Amino acid sequence: MTQPPRPAPTRRRALATFGAAGAAVLLGDVARMAHAQGAGPLKLGFQVHRTGIGAAYGRWYERVATAAVARINDAGGIAGRQVRMIAEDDGTDPRRGAEVLDRFANLHGADLVFGPLFSNVVIGSAPRAAELKMPYFVVSEGHHVASGTLNRYTLQPGITDVKSQVRSVAPYVAANIGRKVTMIFPDFAFGHDHREFFTDAIAAQGGEVIAQIPVPPTETSFTRYFPRIPRETEVLYHVMVGPAVLTFVREMGEFFGGRGPALFGFIDSLEAVDIASPGLEFLEGSHLWEGMPRFAQPDQTGHDARYRAAVGVDDTGASIDDPRDVSTYAHMFGVWETLSVIKAGMETAGYRGPSDRPALIEAVEAMTDMPLSDDHPQGDKLFNGRTHQVFGRQSVSRVEGGRLIRVHETSIEDTLYEDEVDYTTRPF
Amino acid sequence: MEFGPHLMLALLEGAVTSAVLALTAMGLSLVFGVMRVVNVAHGAFFMLGAVAAWWIADLVGAHPALGFAAALLAAPLLVGAGAMLADRLILAPVGYDPERTIVATIGLMYVIEQTVLMGFGPDARPVAPPFDARIALPWVERTAEGLALYWPWGLSITAYKLFVIAAAAAILAGLWALMTRTGAGLVMRATQQDRDMARAFGVPVSRVFARVFGLGAALAAMGAVLVVPIQQAHYLMGGDPLLLSFIVVIIGGLGSLPGTVVAALLIGMTDGIVSVFLSPTLAKIVATLAVALVLVFRPQGLMGRARA
Repeated sequence: MTQPPRPAPTRRRALATFGAAGAAVLLGDVARMAHAQGAGPLKLGFQVHRTGIGAAYGRWYERVATAAVARINDAGGIAGRQVRMIAEDDGTDPRRGAEVLDRFANLHGADLVFGPLFSNVVIGSAPRAAELKMPYFVVSEGHHVASGTLNRYTLQPGITDVKSQVRSVAPYVAANIGRKVTMIFPDFAFGHDHREFFTDAIAAQGGEVIAQIPVPPTETSFTRYFPRIPRETEVLYHVMVGPAVLTFVREMGEFFGGRGPALFGFIDSLEAVDIASPGLEFLEGSHLWEGMPRFAQPDQTGHDARYRAAVGVDDTGASIDDPRDVSTYAHMFGVWETLSVIKAGMETAGYRGPSDRPALIEAVEAMTDMPLSDDHPQGDKLFNGRTHQVFGRQSVSRVEGGRLIRVHETSIEDTLYEDEVDYTTRPF
Repeated sequence: MEFGPHLMLALLEGAVTSAVLALTAMGLSLVFGVMRVVNVAHGAFFMLGAVAAWWIADLVGAHPALGFAAALLAAPLLVGAGAMLADRLILAPVGYDPERTIVATIGLMYVIEQTVLMGFGPDARPVAPPFDARIALPWVERTAEGLALYWPWGLSITAYKLFVIAAAAAILAGLWALMTRTGAGLVMRATQQDRDMARAFGVPVSRVFARVFGLGAALAAMGAVLVVPIQQAHYLMGGDPLLLSFIVVIIGGLGSLPGTVVAALLIGMTDGIVSVFLSPTLAKIVATLAVALVLVFRPQGLMGRARA
């Protein structure tokens, strides 16, 4: 059923040097002496999309999680205890997702669960997490956390949500690309977030969504959807997920034959896809949202460089071992940052065992500013404990010469919106 | 999009779907007609063909056309050989019993899917088309000066999609010639008509069965090799072709080869038109409804012969 993660010795070596760096080790040793009480390792359950439509993300999420856990352990673990990651495949399936939570709670005795991306899995699993009283750290981008549909045990401290992403980039789209927009998006919760929030956001900028075209996420052929794009469309807003994203983009190019509307897409349509693939030349000059720039930018930070080395990704966003293996760079930093938050939260809460789970959640809820650092290589963040959602900067990149060049970065303030829930008032 | 170009695009998309579907369904129909085996693993053979095509094209690595040509020749052979082996190892020992073969082929489907998942992985992988010219098609419109040609947005087809239609037609013509003009075809038809009588006349029925099962899987694989430059190889891609093939074979009449072609055209074109104008989900609903109606009003299918 499952396959073991691929070994990547070079990454490990990179990690060894990275993790061994200076003060972290020293601090870790102090912490270890203070807290080592014969307790076993902390068990972090990793709910991963190894198979199903999320497999491309799952592979990279797992590599990042492995690298982040190795880094934490090299620096002395969490409050002096080593961390053991237990991965279980959810098949990108909501029902399996809930079963996986049961396995983590009852079979593995996990302290918490983290890691899922696909919104259908998150929405299907979160109620079970609350029943099991299991802290559930999702890396999903869906607005379902901040909207209040989920529960006190579900948090999203490592990646921003769709609502803040689309609201913050809408002014750029309206000012620089066009105002009459047709949207094409996957027909499930994640795509519906795009539909709702971008339609409102572009209207607030004086623009208009003139057509909305939903596509099932399991679709394999897309030409049949494109004729519904109205001719007066100025901007085609595209976001697609699933194994067929390359086909989607290629057929879009075939359909327009170089004469279509301007394109603004979410990088999801091209995650794990080489932007220089044959048939994608038409993307030149088009714009894409990125959560974190895939190509190392001229103003690259040292944090980004060290993070790339640790997860085994080169300056073009591909695997160091295989340049054809392109990462899901715009999303996977969320796993790394989530693990940083888990470590900080557990250490603040003085976490010792499952009875301290409410204390862990309260410790994370109390967090606010997360500065740019090796723990947060994507950039500085602002966490809202009431809505369990983190906020951060967004990038708009332009395809130039087969590379993604950042042309705009939003502020954190651009991404904020009014609270829709206060989870801290809900009982544990 | 205006109605005329829209319809034209729907017909072109429908023709490509029909072509691939005709090949795939023909394999299923042939196996059922001759062997009376309902092959649930047919979609898995389709997927195996696509994965083999990716593997071979990747191995050859030279010009895309060379890799594709190698895949078109070798992938069906590989898949066919695998199917013959499955026939010997699985279907023959259960004596081609109709119920037991259904269960056996369901198992075979899972074995193939999980093996591919373990070996090939869960990602979708593209095969470069051998040639990839986009052909824009003109349309007429009434202007002040009379009729004029113009090139509407999106009304286009790629040279490769035209090739798929032509290749499928050629393979089907070859299959027709094989069935009606050769000794091998004669033996297959004899086995289809009366298995015991054929055996009495010295037809090596078990060898015929193995070949037919291999040929059926090879046809699915050919359909897959043709489709993989358009759609990418993925370990779960066999589901839709399996469902549509069953729909086609039931509507066309189980075991009727001409009926299969007619039904493939019918379903492919309806799928193209309904999914372009309305929605692809509705197209599946329409096809499934057609099956229900055929089963109620003409259980033997459009061109099948009623059996006692």
